[in-house]
Amino acid sequence: MFDIKEIAVLAIALVVYALVGGKIIKKALRNIKNGQVFDENFLMVVASLGSLILGEYAEGVMVMLLYRIGEYMQNRAVGKSRRAIADLMDIRPDYANVDGENGELVQVDPEDLEVGTVITVKPGERVPVDGIIIEGSSRLDTAALTGESVPRSVGEGDEIYSGVINLNGVLRVRVTKPCSESTATRILELIEEAADSKASAENFITKFARYYTPIVCGLALALAVIPPIIAGSWSVWIYRALTFLVVSCPCALVISIPLGFFGGIGGASSKGILIKGGNYLEALSMADTVVFDKPGTLTKGIFSVVAVHPEHMEEEQLLELATLAESFSDHPISRSLADEYKRVTRKKVDKARVASAEEFAGEGIIAIVDGKKVAAGNSKLMKRIGAESHECHLHGTTVHVSIDDHYEGHIIISDVVKEDSKSAIEKLKALGVKKTVMLTGDKAYIASDIAADLNLDEHHAELMPQDKVSIVETLLAKKAENRTLAFVGDGINDAPVLARADVGIAMGSMGSSAAVEAADIVLMNDKPSDVALAVKIARKTMGIVYQNIVLSIGIKVAVLILAAFGIANMWLAIFADTGVCMLAILNSMRCLRISDK
Amino acid sequence: MKKSFKVKGIDCANCAAKLEAGVKKIPGVDKAIVSFMTEKLTIEAADDKFDGIVAEAVALCKKLEPDWEIVVK
Repeated sequence: MFDIKEIAVLAIALVVYALVGGKIIKKALRNIKNGQVFDENFLMVVASLGSLILGEYAEGVMVMLLYRIGEYMQNRAVGKSRRAIADLMDIRPDYANVDGENGELVQVDPEDLEVGTVITVKPGERVPVDGIIIEGSSRLDTAALTGESVPRSVGEGDEIYSGVINLNGVLRVRVTKPCSESTATRILELIEEAADSKASAENFITKFARYYTPIVCGLALALAVIPPIIAGSWSVWIYRALTFLVVSCPCALVISIPLGFFGGIGGASSKGILIKGGNYLEALSMADTVVFDKPGTLTKGIFSVVAVHPEHMEEEQLLELATLAESFSDHPISRSLADEYKRVTRKKVDKARVASAEEFAGEGIIAIVDGKKVAAGNSKLMKRIGAESHECHLHGTTVHVSIDDHYEGHIIISDVVKEDSKSAIEKLKALGVKKTVMLTGDKAYIASDIAADLNLDEHHAELMPQDKVSIVETLLAKKAENRTLAFVGDGINDAPVLARADVGIAMGSMGSSAAVEAADIVLMNDKPSDVALAVKIARKTMGIVYQNIVLSIGIKVAVLILAAFGIANMWLAIFADTGVCMLAILNSMRCLRISDK
Repeated sequence: MKKSFKVKGIDCANCAAKLEAGVKKIPGVDKAIVSFMTEKLTIEAADDKFDGIVAEAVALCKKLEPDWEIVVK
């Protein structure tokens, strides 16, 4: 009597099993043909068939069904994370507008653009390639490149990078770089190649996975055979062994670890921090010494006017005189004066007012401005013409100005500390970075002023470029074991140091391909606080990666032990396989979310 | 020469590792990386043997996972 019922149940079970598991069985057979026995498909087939043979029909079918559902959900989660990361990197438009024959705009593939071609960028469009604005002005949303949310105003003559969004004006842009060398393409390549440099945590997992599956399978076999020979009750032990097989797939690890790294790298790129590989993320997370090459990182690296001290006239007048006198020189000092003059007066320098100018190397310039003899330069120049000058209480380069050999005052020019340098150092300290160091070619008194102001632990002044490498070498030797040293430079002349440090960070240097090449991490912004943000992202990502390793290995080992003693059943084993995998994927996705605070 | 190819249909990280190990074993390959995240296969090999190696990799991929496809442009 029960035979018919039994047979009916078996028949139903087999039909359902074939429907659910057919694809997996096919894959398993194919892989055996290819010489790959320990493959997750095969293991699932053995586990589920084994349960069927033991008479556990429901479990046998459910193992297969849940495995399929788990796989489906994994694929969805992976696809979603891939898309989330891809969206972050969707900074290259599909088309560019060029002029057609009848003056209308024609859309072409950015790849086909040549240097020198003029393209039109309409409001709301992304800039397809790097170029120079020849007509129009607008505001640009540079968030995709720099993470900076405040729009940047641009006008004629300004350089613009591909990947930024034109917000309100129509721009006519002359192409300066072909698509393949433009900023957006280079960023995308950098991030895509980042997946190729694997962190040691990732290599560990790949190795672990290689041994894990065969070991668990071996244990399963031992469990199925040895105890029953000693104590009997074969079906109990075989069932326990089958549970082992379900847990033996290393999927959770193999998927979630690279996903975590990739998420961290993708999330960082949305903040304008380009990380060239998981290994650098790992190294940065262990940084306890951060060395700044001063110009361009902690300071703006360009000289600007910090004070105007006239003796008799208005500040603006003194600035105007100095600017005019220096207007035919291309010395950095003349440029800083011209910039300041433009900023203050919003006027162009009227060179017609300067009749003649004579430069005294290492001293300054004597020019005839509006018919008067104007001298602008250092104290040596003042001595030369016999004007009585006095020094300023401010540190920096002093430009003294005289009219017809009468002293009129001075202008102080110096490299300005960036606004968020101080908070950058504070944030790094809060993150546990033990030592912050500044390297500079400046005079010692200027360096110690800045170091005290920023609360730096150490500074080295009056350095020649070649000294930097040896100082970094010394610091590398002094740091604690298992800790790393990060070097932050502006990418100009510091490629050897960038390469020598454990982690080389170049900032604000998307324009310099040598820096991008030599650095491990590139900051698109000029903000030193992004160094702290990068360290934070690295710490968070590594935290999540380690959580995933511990979570998945821990749960699997726990379930294995429970299963060996007959406490865990097939259901728990399935959770330890696909359930843990899902949890690890979801946890990895947290790497994408980065708060600025 | 170093070149990357899109691999369509990668849905299993473990299988990506299998493909990577397989391509590495093709004679003449200096370096091979399969990125599960970017669905990309990167091969580094000598220029003169490159096309042959790519053809072998495509065949290997078909054999290991018929659902996958290496897109050769």
